[in-house]
Amino acid sequence: MSNYALISIIICYLAILFYIAFLAEKNSKSKWVNNPLIYTLSLAVYCSAWTYYGSVGIAANSGISFLPIYLGPVMAVPLWIVVLRKIMRISKQHKISSLADFISLRYGNNRFLGALITVVCVFGILPYISLQLKAISETFEIMADEASYVSTNIFDDSTFYIAVLLAVFAAFFGTQATDASEKHRGIVVSVAFESILKLVFFLIIGVYVTYFLFDGTSDIYNKISITPNFESLTKISGLEAGFDWFFMMMISFIAIFLLPRQFQVSVLENNREKHLKQAIWLFPLYLLLFNIFVIFIAWGGKLTFGNTVNAEYFTLLLPLQNDHVFLALLVFLGGFSAVISMVVVSTLALSTMVSNNLVIPYGFLDKFIKGHPDKNSNYIKTIRRISIFCIIITAYVFYINFSIELSLYSIGLISFVIISQLAPSFFIGLFWNRGSSKAAIIGIIIGFLITLYTLVLPFTIEAFTGIHDFTNHGLFNISALKPYALFGIDFLSPPAHAFFWSMSANVLCYLVFSLTSKGNYRERNYAEMFVDSSNYSSLQDSALVWKGEAYVSDIKNVLNKFLGEDRTQRALNLFFMKYKIPTNTQMADARLINFSEKLLTGSIGSASAKILIASAVKEEQVSLVEVLKILEESKETLANNKVLREKSEELSMLALKLKQANEELISKDKQKDEFLDTVAHELKTPVTGIRAATELLMDDDDEMPAEIKTQFLNNMLNDSDRLSRLINNILDFEKLSRGRNQLNIKQNGIRSSIKKAIIGVQQLAVNKGVTIINDNLVDFKFSYDEDRILQVLTNLISNALKFTEPNKGKIIIECKLINNYVEVYVIDNGKGIPDEDFDFIFDKFYQSKNQNTVKPEGSGLGLAICKQILEQHNGKIWAKKGNKNGATFVFMLPFK
Amino acid sequence: MKKKILIVDDEPNIVMTLEYTFKKQDFEVFIARDGSEALHILESNCPDIVLLDIMMPDVDGYQTLKYIKNKESLKDTKVVFLTAKNKASDIEKGLKLGADKYLTKPFSVKKIVSEVLELLN
Repeated sequence: MSNYALISIIICYLAILFYIAFLAEKNSKSKWVNNPLIYTLSLAVYCSAWTYYGSVGIAANSGISFLPIYLGPVMAVPLWIVVLRKIMRISKQHKISSLADFISLRYGNNRFLGALITVVCVFGILPYISLQLKAISETFEIMADEASYVSTNIFDDSTFYIAVLLAVFAAFFGTQATDASEKHRGIVVSVAFESILKLVFFLIIGVYVTYFLFDGTSDIYNKISITPNFESLTKISGLEAGFDWFFMMMISFIAIFLLPRQFQVSVLENNREKHLKQAIWLFPLYLLLFNIFVIFIAWGGKLTFGNTVNAEYFTLLLPLQNDHVFLALLVFLGGFSAVISMVVVSTLALSTMVSNNLVIPYGFLDKFIKGHPDKNSNYIKTIRRISIFCIIITAYVFYINFSIELSLYSIGLISFVIISQLAPSFFIGLFWNRGSSKAAIIGIIIGFLITLYTLVLPFTIEAFTGIHDFTNHGLFNISALKPYALFGIDFLSPPAHAFFWSMSANVLCYLVFSLTSKGNYRERNYAEMFVDSSNYSSLQDSALVWKGEAYVSDIKNVLNKFLGEDRTQRALNLFFMKYKIPTNTQMADARLINFSEKLLTGSIGSASAKILIASAVKEEQVSLVEVLKILEESKETLANNKVLREKSEELSMLALKLKQANEELISKDKQKDEFLDTVAHELKTPVTGIRAATELLMDDDDEMPAEIKTQFLNNMLNDSDRLSRLINNILDFEKLSRGRNQLNIKQNGIRSSIKKAIIGVQQLAVNKGVTIINDNLVDFKFSYDEDRILQVLTNLISNALKFTEPNKGKIIIECKLINNYVEVYVIDNGKGIPDEDFDFIFDKFYQSKNQNTVKPEGSGLGLAICKQILEQHNGKIWAKKGNKNGATFVFMLPFK
Repeated sequence: MKKKILIVDDEPNIVMTLEYTFKKQDFEVFIARDGSEALHILESNCPDIVLLDIMMPDVDGYQTLKYIKNKESLKDTKVVFLTAKNKASDIEKGLKLGADKYLTKPFSVKKIVSEVLELLN
C-alpha cells in the first residue's frame, strides 16, 4: 500500500474520530453518551498498543506470561464497588480534576506532594506515550511500500504529524472548560468507539489466523507442540516464575487504579455511580475477549515466520504474507485506535496535572491575582494546551532518540512500576487516617529512586551502550548492589525485582514516618474526611475545620478573578441560600472557605486553591483536639437535624392524610349533588313534554291538524310511562342502595327463570323482528331471589333489544355451570359498547353516547340496579370485551 | 321577512311542541338534536334566536353558546337557555357566559313565545 493511500486513510479515520467527539460533546446530555456501556468501553483505554501488539510478542517469546497484566485488573474489579465508589464520591465532592489533586488533597492540599506526583507521573508516562508513537511508526512502516519511512528528519516523518494531530485533538476536546473537573464527553465517547474497533479488529485477525491460516486451535497446538522448547511456553516454570507472576499481577492491580489515564476515565469522567455495576462484569469480559486469540496468533506467527521477524507485529505480517492487505489495514487501524485513545487520555490527564499541580501553583498565582477573570481563564486553558503539546512533542522526541531500540512490553512495565510508587500513599491513605504528607513524600521519593536504580538506569545503560558491567557487577563492583539482584535476590525478573524493593521501601517509609510524625491540623482534617468519607460526605462544606478571620468581600474578590463576577455571585447566592445565611453577611465562616476552595479546585488545582484563599484570609492555627471536637459537633448537629427532619416529615404525612380525607368527603358530597341533579333532570324532561303538549292542546283553536293532535297525545302517554318507570326505578335503586330491600331467597331453577324473563319480552321482540335464541341452558336449582334476578334478566334482554336493528337482531342467552357458580350470558348483535364506555356503563344515569340520535327509552338506572341486585347476591355483573359484532353481558351467581 | 329560530334539544317530544308553536308564530324553524348538529346548522345559517338546552351528549349548551359568541356572523343572534337546570348558580353561570335569557323547564309555551318576541323587538 502506498504511503499516500495510508496517510489519507489515517486522516479520514482521524476526521471520523473528531466528528464523533464533536457529536458527543454537542449531545453531552443524551442517553447514548451517558450509558454504562460507554463507561465500560472507555475503561478499555487500558488496552493500548502494548496489549494490541505487545501481548503477541510476549506470548511468542515467553509463553503465557503476558497474562498477569490482565489478571491483575480482573482481580481489582470486584473491589471497585467499595474502593472506586469511595474514590468517585470524594472526587465529585471536592471537584477533583486529577490523580495528583486527589492524593495531595488527602494530605491537606500539600503543594509539594502534588508537584511530586505530577513529576512521577510524567516520568512514568512519557516513555509509555513514546512507545505508542513507536508502535504507530513501526506498523506504518510495515504497511507502507517504501521501507525508508522512518526518517531522522522530523518533517519527513508521518509519525510527527500524527502526534501533532493527536495533540490538537486532545487540546480541542480536553480544554473546552476552564474547570478541569468538568466531564470530557467527546474524548470519552471517541475512546469508547475506538475500544470497539480495536477489539473487533483484533478478534477478526484472531479468527483469521486460527481458522483460515490454520485449521482451528487444535491444529495450531498440534503443530507447535512438536517444536523444541515448547514446554516452556505453556507453563509457569517453578517458584521463581511464580513470584514473577505474583508481582506482575500486583503491578497491574495497582495500574488499573493509578495509571493517570485509568484514573481519568474511571473516576473523573464517570457521571453515574451505578455504571460501575455493569462495568464490573463487562470490563473483565472485554479483557477476556481481547486475550482469547493472543496465544494462537503468537503460535501461528511462530510457525510461519520462526524467529525471523519481530513477533509483536505478527498480526500485521500474517495477513500481509498472504496478500490480505485489507485485513492488515484493519489490524493497523485497530492498533492505531489503541494508540490514539491511550495517547489522548494520558495526555489529557498529564496536562491537567502539569497545569494544576505544577505550573500554576509554582508560578502563576501572583499573576492570576492581578489578572482579569476572562484573561485568567484563557491563561489556564493556554497553559493546559501548551502542556498537551509539550507532552506529546517530548514523547515524540523521546521516541526518536531512545525508544527505537526498546520493546513495547519492557517500556510498558517500567511505566507501571514507576506509577506503582503512588500506591502506598493512595491506598493506605484512603483507609488509614494517620498517614501524613511527610511520609507520603518520603515514601514516593525513596521508592522512585530505587526504581530508577534497579530498573530505569540499568535498562537505559544496556539499551544504549550495550555494556553490561553495571548490571553484572553492581555499583562500585559491590555485588550486593547489582541493580537486577539487589542484596542477592536474583531470581526475579527485573520489573518484579524493582517493584519488590521499591514498594517495600516505599511502604516502610510511609508507615514509619506516618507513625513518628503527625501532620498539621489541616492534613488531619482532610485525612478524617477521606477515610471516613461516608460519614462526612453528608456534612458537606462544614466538615472542613477552619478558624480565623475572613471577610466575604475578600473571598469574593479572589473568586471574581477566576469565575468572573456573574458566576461568583451566582455561586455565592446558592451557598447563602443553602445554609440560609443572610446575603449581606460580612464575616466568612469555615463553610464558605471550604466552598470557595472547592469552586477554585477544578480550575487551578486544590493546592493553588488553598493558597489563593489563604491569601485572602487571616487564619489561626487550630489544634488537633479542636479539629476532632468540631468534627464531632458537626456530626451531632447533623444527627439532631435528622431527628427534626423525621418529625416534620411525620407531620406533613399527617397533614396529607387529613387533606385526603377532606377531599374524599367533598367528593362524596359532590357525587350526591350530581345524583340529585340528574334525577331532577330526568324527572323534569317528561314533565316538560307533558306540560307543553297539554298547554298546546288546551289552547287549541281547532287549527291543529288531527295527526299532530294524535302525536301530542301519544307523546304525553309515552312521557307519562317514562315518568312512572323512572319513579319506580329510583325507588328501587334507593331501596337497594340502602340495603333495605330484603331478598326473598328461595330454591329456584335458573332455566325456568330465564324462560320466564324471555316470555316477558317476547312480544316486543316479535314486534321488532328480533330472534331470541336460548338452546344452551343448563338446568340447575339453587337459592336466589327470583323476582330480582328476573329484573336483571329483563333489563339485559330489553337493553339488547333496544340496541339491535329491527328484523336483523339476534339475541343469544346462555347459562353455564362453573365450579360453584352459575354464569348467564346475554349476547346481542347490536351496536356494541364503545371502548370508552366500558368503565361507566354500570354507573347510575350513565347513558352511552353512542346511542341513536333519538334517545332510547331508559332511565339510566337499569344497569346500576342490576349491579346492586347481583352484589346483594354476592355475585357480579360485567360487560365482556372482545365481541366485535355487538355486546356481551355476563352475570355470575354463586350457590348459596 | 320571516324570523328564524333554531331549537336545540335532545328530547324529541319537547322539540315537537316548540316546533309547532313557533311555526304557528310564522317563524322559520331549524331543529338540532344536539350541540354538534346545532354547530353544523350555524355554519351556514344565521338564525335570529336560538333556544338552547344545556344537558346534551357530546357538545353541550355551554359549548354551543361559546361558539355563537365567537362567530362574527352570529353577533346579532340572541341566545335563550331552556334547561332543567334551575339552581341559582346555574342561572348565574348561564347569564355570565352571555346568554340573553335563562328559562327553565318545565315551561309554559305562552311564556316562551312572549319572551322570544320581546327579545326580538
